[in-house]
Amino acid sequence: MEVLIILVPLALGLGLAGLAAFLWSLKSGQYDDLDGAAWRAIADDEPPQETQPDLRSVKR
Amino acid sequence: MQVSRDFSHYVRAAGEGLQHIDLAVEGVHCAGCMAKIERGLSAIPDVTLARVNLTDRRVALEWKAGTLDPARFIDRLEELGYKAYPYETASAEATEVAESRFLLRCLGVAAFATMNVMMLSIPVWSGNVSDMLPEQRDFFHWLSALIALPAAAYAGQPFFRSAWRALSAKTTNMDVPISIGVILALGMSVVETIHHAEHAYFDAAIMLLTFLLVGRVLDQNMRRRTRAVAGNLAALKAETARKFVGPDEISQVPVAAINPGDIVLLRPGERCAVDGTVIEGRSEIDQSLITGETLYVTADTGTPVYAGSMNISGTLRVRVSAASEATLLAEITRLLDNALEARSRYRRLADRASRLYAPVVHATALLTILGWVLAGAGWHDAIVTGVAVLIITCPCALGLAIPTVQTVASGAMFKSGVLLNAGDAIERLAEADHIIFDKTGTLTLPDLDVVNAAAIPADILALAGQLALSSHHPVAAAVAQAARAKSPIVGAVEEAGQGVHASVDGVEIRLGRPSFCGADDLARSSVDLDPEASIVAFSRGAEKFVFTVRQALRPDAVTVIAALKARNVGIEILSGDREPAVRAAATALGIPEWRAGVTPADKIARIEELKRRGTRVLMVGDGMNDAPSLAAAHVSMSPISAAHLSQATADLVFLGKPLAPVVTAVDYARKALHLMRQNLWLAIGYNILAVPIAISGVVTPLIAAAAMSGSSILVMLNALRARSASRGITSWKS
Repeated sequence: MEVLIILVPLALGLGLAGLAAFLWSLKSGQYDDLDGAAWRAIADDEPPQETQPDLRSVKR
Repeated sequence: MQVSRDFSHYVRAAGEGLQHIDLAVEGVHCAGCMAKIERGLSAIPDVTLARVNLTDRRVALEWKAGTLDPARFIDRLEELGYKAYPYETASAEATEVAESRFLLRCLGVAAFATMNVMMLSIPVWSGNVSDMLPEQRDFFHWLSALIALPAAAYAGQPFFRSAWRALSAKTTNMDVPISIGVILALGMSVVETIHHAEHAYFDAAIMLLTFLLVGRVLDQNMRRRTRAVAGNLAALKAETARKFVGPDEISQVPVAAINPGDIVLLRPGERCAVDGTVIEGRSEIDQSLITGETLYVTADTGTPVYAGSMNISGTLRVRVSAASEATLLAEITRLLDNALEARSRYRRLADRASRLYAPVVHATALLTILGWVLAGAGWHDAIVTGVAVLIITCPCALGLAIPTVQTVASGAMFKSGVLLNAGDAIERLAEADHIIFDKTGTLTLPDLDVVNAAAIPADILALAGQLALSSHHPVAAAVAQAARAKSPIVGAVEEAGQGVHASVDGVEIRLGRPSFCGADDLARSSVDLDPEASIVAFSRGAEKFVFTVRQALRPDAVTVIAALKARNVGIEILSGDREPAVRAAATALGIPEWRAGVTPADKIARIEELKRRGTRVLMVGDGMNDAPSLAAAHVSMSPISAAHLSQATADLVFLGKPLAPVVTAVDYARKALHLMRQNLWLAIGYNILAVPIAISGVVTPLIAAAAMSGSSILVMLNALRARSASRGITSWKS
């Protein structure tokens, strides 16, 4: 039963990590536009902005 | 005179030399639009952020301060094919967003705690019947307490606060028994854990909070969504006014940036966005949105004008007054205040249920304790059993019974174009058995339409429409609309108060007053046929035609009235308009009960009279004169084109041209109320089964957890049925 000393903190730690991840995602506004997020996942990459040179094309 | 657009009212600083503006955009509905808009706007130099919110249909823009004029974004969106308007977050919406985030955070905390406490409970439940050491069980109980207590303290806040508010106001609501149940369950579990007892209810208490929070979050999200759409619609109305910033200089500014004392210019064909007094100019104005009267009023120096009036013929200068100065408004405001006060006394179904429920449950728990003591059990055991009764009866299902149905039903209504303003509107709408319609703008469309368009040769109508584009007159605008005219005729000249004329292929064409086109005789016979309509004449050389222009009935008004009658609903018309106009509409719709020339006070008197007879009135109206009666009625509805005051007062707002949403809403509401009652009975049925088990003292935490989640899921599944209303509305929906 000594294994509990490792397992219980581990389980709680994982749970807390999940909670922290959820609170972070909430804070960073990931639940603000659920409809849009569904589409953004499958949309093409946005084209490079004019102010920022596209590094990928420079390498080629 | 120079006109510039001034959007500085909506721009706010976003830190680090950036400026921010929110735009409400019309017609964004897919991923394609989203990418197109974001690319199009990001391509403008110095724009640092362009992000579309597809849920709220808005664009957030940030740019380097001082480099760009916000009007440029609107022009750019116009080029891309979208109409955009600056948007200002209303404080009500900001509160909803904050509340919805808070609830989601509570749900996150409660769900995390439930999962972990359950993980600890399962070994205890199985260990109790096998070989778990008492020390291990205590250890698991303490761990559960460590997780559940802080989590419940945080995630329970929405319930505790609401219960406290109710108790301080010396009433009860559903949150009172919930809070008592949770607090007692947690308290007893701590005491039991200290005494090394076998059972602790940390799992049941925190699970209860999680389930209830799911219901609350869904409800809040629906409300937030509705609020966002309503906010956008307000922005899309683009309430701007032309304000004099110098003797000869005019700036187009949002209404929010106009103060009493400012002077605004009102051109023909424009709707006034402010209340004020005419200081210069002479014109006819259409006050139908305010009084329901369709006949034009002559405005002169000193005439008061109200927001929503349409200027017809001449240009006016208006001095803006504070809203309370105008006598009509003051009278309406007074009536409105009285009516609103009366309405706030309505008791919601959930509150009525909890008023019965809480005393019964608490008395049962108390009797259980006393009963066990009398039967010879110790005080400790008796109290534990009593608390178990409270836990098992804790209204998990009851707490979900109504909000879940409400969420599903308001979602379904939202899809069919009905927005809910008030939380209890569904219940009240379901009870309505008599409908009072206003005529102007409610049964009829707010915009003018050419009634006899079908009788006029297509080429003539098209030509007249093109010519009409050169005029500002609202009647001409209706002709242009009916002809779907796009390109104006080059060289058309407008003669103020008369009409427009031009020459096409050497032939003179004219559109305007019958006398201006030499069509007096034709016009006279049309006026005899339809005394309510405005007549506009058109001539091409010697050919003469007249257009009959009036507010047409909503396209599906006849079918909707028939459908409402089929639902055993009494229908009548109360209108501020003149008798012939109301009689014509009533006859066309087959409504025998109607009254014309009714004042706001008369409308309220009629509603009161019906109330005394025990009738529950649904008032459907749009004018400012309807606002007090909208508040006085049991439940009320407004079209989206309604005056601000009416829209804010109405419990429901419907979108679009058809009247069908009125029936749809009634159907959904009736179905929803039926399901709410059914859910309450389900919850009570569950209690009748579970309470004897609890009283007999054999409830284990496992039984409590299973019973609680079982009943909650049953109630939620039943609520999903509110998505489809009965009696095939779709069959006659246009």
